[in-house]
Amino acid sequence: MNLDLLTGLYVFMLAAFIGFEVIRRVSPLLHTPLMSLTNALDAIAVVGAIILVGEGKSTLATILGTIAIVAATSNIVGGFIITDRMLKMFKTSGPRKP
Amino acid sequence: MIVGEHIIEITYLIATALFILSLKWLSSPATARRGVWAGELGMLLAIVGTLMHHGLTYRWVAIGLVLGTIIGVPLGKVAMTAVPQRTALSHAFGALCVTLVGTTEFYLRAPDVPGFMMGVLSLEVILGALTFTGSLMAAGKLQEVLPQRPITYKGQNFVNLGILAIAIGIAATLVMHPEKMYLFPFMIIIPLFFGVMMIIPIGGADMPTVISLLNSYAGLSAAAMGFVLGSKLLIIAGALDGASGFILSVNMSKAMNRSFSNVLFGAFGQEQKSAAGAQEARPVRSASPEEAAGILAAASKVVIVPGYGMAVAQAQHKVRELYDALTKKGVDVKFGIHPVAGRMPGHMNVLLAEADIPYDKLLEMDDINGDFPQTDVALIIGANDVTNPAAREDKGSPIYGMPILDVDKAHTVMVIKRSMAAGFAGIENPLYYMDKTLMLFGDARNFVGSIVRELTGSHG
Repeated sequence: MNLDLLTGLYVFMLAAFIGFEVIRRVSPLLHTPLMSLTNALDAIAVVGAIILVGEGKSTLATILGTIAIVAATSNIVGGFIITDRMLKMFKTSGPRKP
Repeated sequence: MIVGEHIIEITYLIATALFILSLKWLSSPATARRGVWAGELGMLLAIVGTLMHHGLTYRWVAIGLVLGTIIGVPLGKVAMTAVPQRTALSHAFGALCVTLVGTTEFYLRAPDVPGFMMGVLSLEVILGALTFTGSLMAAGKLQEVLPQRPITYKGQNFVNLGILAIAIGIAATLVMHPEKMYLFPFMIIIPLFFGVMMIIPIGGADMPTVISLLNSYAGLSAAAMGFVLGSKLLIIAGALDGASGFILSVNMSKAMNRSFSNVLFGAFGQEQKSAAGAQEARPVRSASPEEAAGILAAASKVVIVPGYGMAVAQAQHKVRELYDALTKKGVDVKFGIHPVAGRMPGHMNVLLAEADIPYDKLLEMDDINGDFPQTDVALIIGANDVTNPAAREDKGSPIYGMPILDVDKAHTVMVIKRSMAAGFAGIENPLYYMDKTLMLFGDARNFVGSIVRELTGSHG
């Protein structure tokens, strides 16, 4: 995986702009689920840890990497479960909105 | 294996698109659950794609995934009142993952680490380490295993910034001399210490801002990890998380009337003990549940303003019964939610939604404030400073300038409160001494329960 600095910075900048525009539109009603969802998505860092452990280049990599996988996976699983639980609770008062 | 590599990259590309859609669908409660499914699908694709990498051994990966799932499930099933500390804990886990991967990458590559790589690696572990201990501290304060009272001392900001400066100095040295590997552990230990020091001066009332800020740091450290690993997917996920945390911190600091630089330097939670001066016993009007029920039943428009005190008293289900009883009588009931009500952004909405109160009745501060002059009764349950008119009128008040809910403009104001003791910030609330204000003294849950009994009992 080769990624030069400039391309990386472009990707980061564009993603930050998209993030601002998309998240600005999230209703304040849902700010708590927003935080738990972004937290789960952020745990995509598990991908890096999986490669580290899978390649097993050193004992240190295996030990620290496995702990990293545990931490990130618990965020993924827990984050998605609680976000869905919260969102399930939001109901309108009926078909007629005020 | 060129074809395999391409397939992996394509799963990452699709995952990225799904992540952005996931956040986009979160914009409205009607589509929000679809957002979670999109996120889950994206995550699954990315992980499966990663596992297809050529030449991986799976034993420890599988152990890690299974253990993580075993820990994750109970963390997804905590009570809604405990969501803030769960969120803080998950920021800590995310930061831990990033810090560990960064550390491993350093030892695999050192001493041949190019300057730029060392720079982002330093950013990754510094942000990761301080977020890890900072979030653990925040979770501890929220769970009340640590004292919630802010601990301050003279020159605190100076000391904290000094500690951070040392860590940055070490990072700069490593960028120029990556062969000085003995310095690396210090670049982790010092930010770990800084994370603790950063949260010590922060009181419970500032937790919404702190959690948002830690969220942003966690995202940025993950983005830095993306640069280190050359993973666009990770850069994007980190940038999205960082942006989200940043927006929420700005929202929260606005709602608390704190400048953003004030928040960035962790100097919040210090103006706690300002106005303790004149405390002569002024007369207040109080009322019984029967009287309160009578006034509520005669109203045509009621706005309920809940604060964290309502959640502490576990009164949200009684409030729901009150909402039902009043709605049945034809009273228009809405809820006015201040952005910092609760312990994290949006927390109050979740607590009310859990009690089955429809979300279209939950209005933000800016949407409800125009309604107060036409409101017959504003009923305040467990909120204090966010209703204090001194924030609007009294330039000497420590909370002057903080946006508040204009409950004092309603025809009648009712406040359920245990006693006349001052609120979290220790500031006198002139609202309680107004002629139109009725104080309802008692436990929020019992008092609301008594009102509901009066309302339902008298009409069958």
